[in-house]
This record gives sequence, structure tokens and C-alpha cells, in this order.
Amino acid sequence: MALPRFSYLIPKNLKEACLILAEHEDKARILAGGTDLLVQMKNRIVQPEYIIGISNIPHTDYISIAHQQLVIGANTRLSAVAQDSQIHRYFPALAYAASVTATVQIRNMGTVVGNICNASPAADTATPLLVYDAKVVIMHPKGERSLPLDEFFRDPGVTALKSGEIVKELILPLTPDRSGSNYQKLSTRSKVDIAAIGVSACLLVDETETVIQARIAIGAVAPVPKRIPRAEKTLEGKVLTQALIEKAAQISMDEATPITDIRATEMYRKKMVEVLTKRALSKSMEQIRTQ
Amino acid sequence: MSGFSLKNKLFYTKNRLPCKIWFVIFNIEKIMTKVNITLHINGDKYSAAVEPWRTLAEVLREDLNLIGTKIGCETGDCGACTVLINGQSVTSCLSLAVESDGKEITTIEGLSTQGDTLHPIQEAFIEQGAIQCGYCTPGMILSAKYLLDRVPEPTESQIRQALSGNLCRCTGYHLIVKAVMSASEKIKLKSEESG
Repeated sequence: MALPRFSYLIPKNLKEACLILAEHEDKARILAGGTDLLVQMKNRIVQPEYIIGISNIPHTDYISIAHQQLVIGANTRLSAVAQDSQIHRYFPALAYAASVTATVQIRNMGTVVGNICNASPAADTATPLLVYDAKVVIMHPKGERSLPLDEFFRDPGVTALKSGEIVKELILPLTPDRSGSNYQKLSTRSKVDIAAIGVSACLLVDETETVIQARIAIGAVAPVPKRIPRAEKTLEGKVLTQALIEKAAQISMDEATPITDIRATEMYRKKMVEVLTKRALSKSMEQIRTQ
Repeated sequence: MSGFSLKNKLFYTKNRLPCKIWFVIFNIEKIMTKVNITLHINGDKYSAAVEPWRTLAEVLREDLNLIGTKIGCETGDCGACTVLINGQSVTSCLSLAVESDGKEITTIEGLSTQGDTLHPIQEAFIEQGAIQCGYCTPGMILSAKYLLDRVPEPTESQIRQALSGNLCRCTGYHLIVKAVMSASEKIKLKSEESG
């Protein structure tokens, strides 16, 4: 399975990458980790004429915490996110999701930003990033714009990126004290396999354990990874009880619109959204209590 | 590596992009035909002329005759083509050779540095009988090396997780895990002896 032929372009920085992308539009694709794009090209699903290699651009592989924000660069590998001690501390669900994405080798190649741009409904890092209110910083030939992640996903494989736009970085506000989060994943063949269902939760409570802010996001059970605002609202302003967790899980299940495919059936997926939402919420709460 | 052709210049003029932009773009490297790359493999320097669409696995095997690296699924699932690039384990079937230009690469051929002496992981694989058909072995050994470089005394579950990106179709996983355990002890003994 040889790769189809293409011209390989080496921009010196991300700005140049935007300019080339704007010029060639649909004929060009950005190559970072290559773990998704090269497989699609080998299978002749996409056959770009131009490949813009950004993996060797300096100053694009970073994880930085400043001004109460975490910033993840365009070339930051999944393995770097999985191993970073600050991400473990502030964003445990993201660190865990990155550590169970595919295999060791793929995590050493694939990037978090690439995982998002590929826009798979089952992307492991998508639901944690959603519950942490991640913002996507998009670069275009004329400047930059930013977009909340939940407006970024449009359809399976389709993002809000327009012609000539690339994702420069992801920005996550630091989680405050008394917050807890968790990612739950189900896949048939250990963790290596693509998620059949993925659910993330993030809770922020006050001293009386009243929920100030709740976030729930589900993956692989709808055309795009998405938050469930209706379930979040049922939790906010109340003390978290088992009955409340079950109610939120029920709403998540109702809002899931899965399909039957090779990984799981529609019915199983729906039921498991409920189970995993319960687990994610309970584990988030446990995390707060053990702080 | 050539700059942009006349055709591209005309393209920009036609689309009325500001001069400033195509001035910037003018210097971008564009590779359509073979390009000369230098690979630092197992401490040796190799030069090759490769097309941009050729993977590192193909170039290692076909151009440089380093056939210890195996090609299996070609889509990054089986791990037979695992090599270390700048110390990181990657599947070389999903790495473009042009992107490996100037980087340090370790293949199975580079594990035993002194003539006929094998690396402790290789010794352990032979002693434990962790090789059946042998096709997955180079990848398994490099993934084991990547683990042992970071976690010198891994638990069984850490070993199983570290090898989860390498498939053995003979299903000899049990002995492979045992071999990695034994390799970890061998390396520990060796480092105690030497210092």
C-alpha cells in the first residue's frame, strides 16, 4: 500500500502554512503527526496534490501554563500531554484520554490538535477538551480568531475551519480548587481500539458540595462529540446526590443519537452512555472529596 | 530543492494577492521530485535520494537494505515497523522519509553495538523462546527498549501496555512479556557489574 504521489511543501512557520493552504485550497492538506492523514491517503480516501509538512516547524510543540490558562501547541504530541505533570494535576481527564488513545507509537506521533482537526466523533481527547471549555485558536492568512470547541465540530470529519485556516493552539482555562473531572471509555479490544463510547464530566462545587458548574460531554454516540447542556443544568445549583446523577445520566442517554457499526450497536451505545455518565460524575465527585 | 516555478508566480498575480504575500511564499521549499536526505541510523550517516511520498520503512528496507525493520499492516496498527526516531518509538510505515531528514534513528540492526554481542533484550528473547515466526520481533524488541529506557523495572501490566501497539500473530505474548521481565533484570545486573 504505497502512498499516492504528492508535492511536499515545507513552510517556515504556521503563517506560511496558512498562505499555502489558502492558495491550494482543497488540493492541499496539513500533515502533522500523519497517523490519520497518511492512513486515509494509503486507502485512497483522500488524495491531496500538496502536503504541507508542519511537524518540523520550530516553536509549535509546547505545553505552557500562564495567566490561569493551559496552552497546547499545534505540534504537541499525545504522549507529551499524557505525561505532563501539570496536565495531570489540572486536567486529569485529558491526561487520561491522551494516554488511552491508540498505541504507544501512535501517541508518540499523533498530536492533540490533529486529533481535534480530524473531527472523528470518537476522538478520545474531544470530550475532555469539551468539558474543560477549551478554545480553539485558528490562524488564517490575515490574522487569528478563536472559537469555543463545541462550535468547532460540524459533522463527522468536518470542522469550522475555512479555506486557508489552521489550528494554532488550544487554550484551556485552569480548573479551580474543588473541581473534579473524569473520562470514561469503552472499546472492544482493550484501550488500543477506537472508542465505541466515550463520556467526560467535570464538576465544580462549593464547600457545601453544591454544584456550581457541571459539564458533561459524550463521544462516538452522535455525528460530533457534544456537550449535554440539559443534563448540566439539572445538576447546577443542587447538592449532588445519587438520584441527581441518575437523572443527568438519563438525559445524556436521551440526547445520544448513536448508530450501529462494527464497534457497537445503537442500543448498547445508548445504554452505555447512561452507565458511563454515572461513572464519570461519581468519579469526578470522588476526586473532589479526596483533594 | 527548487523555489516556486513561473507558473506559481503567475497564479498569484492572477489572483491579485498582495505582492508582499507571494514575496514571502517565494522562498518556500517545494519538493516534487527526489530530494536528498541524510539519516543518522544506528550511529552511521546515510544519504539517500527519496521521493516525498516514500515512507521511512520503505526507504530503510528498499534503499538502505536495513531489512530488519518489517512491514506488516502499513497503517500503524501492527507495530512490526517500529523504530526509534530521536528516542521516541514510532511506526515507520506512517513516517515520511523526508520528515526524518537529519534525525537520529535506531533500528533493530543498531541494538547490539559491539560486533556479535547481543543486546540484553535480544538475549532474553532467545533464552525465553519469545520468538516464533519472528516477524513481530524487531518491533517488539524496540518497543521493549523504549519502555526499559524509561521504566527500568516495569510491572507485568506496564509491559503489556507498552507492547499493546505490537501484534504477534503467533500469539506468543506470554513468553514475550517474560522475556522483557528477564531483560530488565539482565540490564540491572549489567549496570551493577559495571558500576
